Amino acid sequence: MSHEYVPEIATDRDGNQHEVQGWQDDFYGGKLGFWLFMLTEVMMFGAMFLALAYYNALHPQDFLDASASLNRLLGGTNTVILLVSALTMGLGLLKIRSGDVKGAKLMIWATIILAVAFLVIKGFEWRAEYNHGIFLMHDQLLPESSLPFGQKLFFGLYFSMTGLHGVHIIIGIGLMIWLLKRINAGKVSPEHHILHWNIALYWDIVHLIWVFVFPYYYMIGAGGATGGH
Amino acid sequence: MSKTYFDETHCAIGHPKSTFMQWMLTIDHKRIGLMYAAVMFTFFFVAVAVALTMRLELFAPGAQYMDGDTFNQAFTLHGVLMIFLFIIPGIPAIFGNIVMPIMIGAKDVSFPRLNWATFWLYIVGCLVALASLFIGEGVADTGWTFYAPYSMNTDTNVIMALVAAFILGFASILTGLNFLVTIHRLRAPGMTFFKMPLFVWGIYATAWIQLLATPVVGITLVLAILEKHFGIGIFDPAKGGDPVLFQHLFWIYSHPAVYLMILPAFGIMSEIVPTFSRKEIFGYRTIALSSASIAGIGYLVWGHHLFTSGMSDIAKTVFSFLTFFVAIPTGVKFYDWVATMYKGKIVLKAPMLWGLGTIIMFAIGGITGVTITMIGLDIHLQDTYYSVAHFHYAILSGVVWLMFAGMHYWFPLITGRMYSDFQAKISFYIQFVGVNLLWFPMFIAGYYGMPRRYFDYLPEFEIYHQIAGIGAILTAGGMVYMFVIFYKGWRYGEKSGTNPWGATTLEWHMPTSPPPLENHSKVPYVDFNPYEYHHGEPVVKFNYETMQRID
Repeated sequence: MSHEYVPEIATDRDGNQHEVQGWQDDFYGGKLGFWLFMLTEVMMFGAMFLALAYYNALHPQDFLDASASLNRLLGGTNTVILLVSALTMGLGLLKIRSGDVKGAKLMIWATIILAVAFLVIKGFEWRAEYNHGIFLMHDQLLPESSLPFGQKLFFGLYFSMTGLHGVHIIIGIGLMIWLLKRINAGKVSPEHHILHWNIALYWDIVHLIWVFVFPYYYMIGAGGATGGH
Repeated sequence: MSKTYFDETHCAIGHPKSTFMQWMLTIDHKRIGLMYAAVMFTFFFVAVAVALTMRLELFAPGAQYMDGDTFNQAFTLHGVLMIFLFIIPGIPAIFGNIVMPIMIGAKDVSFPRLNWATFWLYIVGCLVALASLFIGEGVADTGWTFYAPYSMNTDTNVIMALVAAFILGFASILTGLNFLVTIHRLRAPGMTFFKMPLFVWGIYATAWIQLLATPVVGITLVLAILEKHFGIGIFDPAKGGDPVLFQHLFWIYSHPAVYLMILPAFGIMSEIVPTFSRKEIFGYRTIALSSASIAGIGYLVWGHHLFTSGMSDIAKTVFSFLTFFVAIPTGVKFYDWVATMYKGKIVLKAPMLWGLGTIIMFAIGGITGVTITMIGLDIHLQDTYYSVAHFHYAILSGVVWLMFAGMHYWFPLITGRMYSDFQAKISFYIQFVGVNLLWFPMFIAGYYGMPRRYFDYLPEFEIYHQIAGIGAILTAGGMVYMFVIFYKGWRYGEKSGTNPWGATTLEWHMPTSPPPLENHSKVPYVDFNPYEYHHGEPVVKFNYETMQRID
């Protein structure tokens, strides 16, 4: 906006003045909109959890066996990484609100690095599974392999959901780089930080989804298992 | 003096000089709504043409000029265009955009740039759907529901149709989100939720469905794409997957989507009835809350699409029982409208005529819907012409007719001119006769066992198909005639003034007609109910320059 937005005044019949909320400069509206968008993410992953729970109920033992074969060390490390990245993201938001732009940028960089680390570890995990013959359209997951139905379904959903979650991480990295550019251009500042706020909110939902994905895939089979590979 | 499009271009990017680019890049909600209307009605008529070719093919038993596979593609194309490109986004995107912000006294929607981006996302979705016609094996032949496992095996362009539906769904989510924030944040001072016009309530309930249900079908379509390309197995019996799960996930969205179509249409009805009865609406709060409860109950009834697909008897009974419940808030609305007309000073102009016609037709569509909610009867009527007739009575002569009613109602607001009321009524009667000829015989044919989606039939069904064929021609002719009337009204009609109907809601209190950029000259203070009439005259009057009440 090149010019400062001045809210209009509506006058009622008694002569009282009421400030009109315009679409410009609506910080609360911007937040509300993004919260609603996050609700759609919850519904989207919720539908996949529904499918997961359904097949889990059909094939409980297969799901435990498949889950036991996942690598809890790498998965757990990733969980810690994401939780820490949520912390750095939140700290960044606190810093920009208190006026510390440099500190905020530092924290965003830290979040980006943690996000990349997450993807790298995820890549190693998928590679290890590929080497065990477990990957989409590959070896064990083909219709003709002897892997039990429940395990095929488990891994099919595992790759879909962690893959989609990974896509969200990549989008998040893109958003954070964009945010850094906007901060550098002075468009996001301690006074106007709605974009930072919403991207932090996005990152929260991304780690929140993982907080549900991790126990459902990695931990259900942990009881009887001997540990990761 | 209010602003015009020429001293402030009001564009998403830059300040283009040319009028064409001003339209393409506009963030003004009224222009975006008009562009939606132009694109949607183009696809509407394409889909009508496809439907006509199917009706002509069915005019006699045996193959006329289409083989079975082409017929499968034709009804899929008809369904995909009508459902995903026209009727689901239709009323919110057109009238929600054009009228809703004015009704609540806002200058625009909450996120005008997002609104612009959403429109172009919608166009991308349309282009993907269109492209699937010309690439490879042509358009999908699965029906618009894309049921697995067939959709996983066919060689036609199911993927492109799924991608298109996903993109269109995304656009729909963003529209709903935009409207929700708009309605929460931008109401004029003094306008509480129960002082909003009922169309806004309809849009509000719709927006919640768009927001909460569309992501589920979105991910279902993504899972179907992953299934087809990467073989994740969840809909594939060869890997232990369950094709019926697809139906569940699909209908969890697509049944609420039916209410997503009808709720804003009911909202239009709730505007038209008090205006043309010159009377305050009966039971304002019950209409507003019934929209919300239809939206809520609508989530719990999807299983009635699966009575014959393999579900436990308990689940069938529960879903059947829950489905009956939807009839209650719907009935509340209908009785409220009729009660509003009682002792009203009814002005039978074209919009009211369309509204009244819809009451009759939707009653048929709704009550036949209740009959197929009964499990026993549904076993007999599932996938017959009975369901086809029920659906089209409810959607064409319910939703689309109310959309037509809204077009007749808001035409003077949008163009500033008036169409010929007499001709508009003639086109209504043509379509009224046409639609009844077209679909009523299908109830009978369906009851006798004519299955839907067949391109051939036994000779004893010929008479029903022939009556329907004549009705189809009348219906399509009436629609074309209606648009000719609109065109003539737009080009040569008399100036209508700002409030030709004597209506009370804020969109009729504009300084000029059509409304200027950024709507009202000043934001009014709303200390009145939306439909205040006294002895058949609107109570609330404004000075249109200062927007102060002068009554």
